[in-house]
Amino acid sequence: MSINVTLFAQMLVFGLLVWFTMSFVWPLIRGAMEEREQTIADGLAAAEKGQKDLEQAGVEAGKIVEEARDQARDILGKANSRANEIVDTARSEGEAEKRKRLDSAQSELEVEINRARDELRQQVAVLAVAGAEKVLSREIDEAAHRDLLDQLAADL
Amino acid sequence: MEDTHEGPASATDYIVHHLTNLDTEHALHTELANPFWNLHWDSIFYSVILGIIFVGSFFAAARKATAGLPGGWQNFVELIVEFVDTQVKDSFHGSSKLIAPLALTIFCWIFLMNFMDLVPVDLLPALGLMVGIEYMKVVPTTDLNITFGMSITVFLLMIFYSIKIKGASGFAKELLLHPFGKWMIPFNFLLKLVEEFAKPVSLALRLFGNLYAGELIFILIALFTLSAGVNSLGENLSSVGTITAFIIQVILGLAWAIFHILIITLQAFIFMMLTIVYLSMAHEEH
Repeated sequence: MSINVTLFAQMLVFGLLVWFTMSFVWPLIRGAMEEREQTIADGLAAAEKGQKDLEQAGVEAGKIVEEARDQARDILGKANSRANEIVDTARSEGEAEKRKRLDSAQSELEVEINRARDELRQQVAVLAVAGAEKVLSREIDEAAHRDLLDQLAADL
Repeated sequence: MEDTHEGPASATDYIVHHLTNLDTEHALHTELANPFWNLHWDSIFYSVILGIIFVGSFFAAARKATAGLPGGWQNFVELIVEFVDTQVKDSFHGSSKLIAPLALTIFCWIFLMNFMDLVPVDLLPALGLMVGIEYMKVVPTTDLNITFGMSITVFLLMIFYSIKIKGASGFAKELLLHPFGKWMIPFNFLLKLVEEFAKPVSLALRLFGNLYAGELIFILIALFTLSAGVNSLGENLSSVGTITAFIIQVILGLAWAIFHILIITLQAFIFMMLTIVYLSMAHEEH
């Protein structure tokens, strides 16, 4: 067992191995590991953010649904009152129309009645005159008694 | 020096054979003028091969590394990288591009070199013998050159960072003025010198000692059947004694191997941890 040139050969080999490891092995492996660590960290952060976004979205969706429900209730209420209004209006209009028709029919009837009465009166006067003429044709001067007869007809 | 290898003549031969490196002298059957150049070919071969396996497999994962779903191998590599990175971040508070890859290299490479201890002690040397390689130590970390090669590199980095962070004067002050002030400069310096040199020495010797002892115990366990066989040379090899020795060897080998899984991982971890701690100390101002 003696120390000799082997020692220096070993030092040289050792130096070369360390140099090779330092230049070509260590940086590549550490680089890949660090890159992966970064990727994983990013992924975790993204997942957390996604979770938070989801929660936020849920809250917002609830709010929107609540609003929509309120709006629907509003619209329904308005529609109901509008319908009532329409029905009321229609009813009052119909009643007014009915009354108008009734009135006009009544007045027409009255006019007809008056006219019929007038006609009847006239005809009664004519008849009376004709009858009286026939009865009195001989003894009464038509011209002399005309006023009297007209007055009678008007009193009928 | 043996010229030919005829298998273990005795238990001692067997052990010594297993603890002999394939150095230049043994490989070429010559005597070098300067023993300094007696390179341990087996240690360097296995250490380089295992280093290439480490960087190759990790580079394969790094090249195809995606930030998306990682595949099986990338997952495993990331597990180790994450583990090392955590250790570095816990102990080292400066910013350095070097420390973490250095720690990763130390941990994986030392683990792989230690792992060779779990390969059956005779397997690779026996295969080597078939192609004419007479000596082979397959665990690089049982070679002091290998462990000191690493700890001295770490030591040089410690000095480099000390001077880089604190400046030459700051480093000198640290060496001379701590812990007892300017009236005790020689004593301070001596103390600091011991303290600093103890770091690489303890790093290297701890790793070497654990693995060397572990390897030795594997060899001793292997001797059960081997010595039974050696003792009963010429007798019936399937004698009751041999069978008993075989069973004991299997049980002990299994127990020690399982225990050793812990040791090789622990030693790789300790070397990495102490490197991080020493370098972070070098970065700190006093």
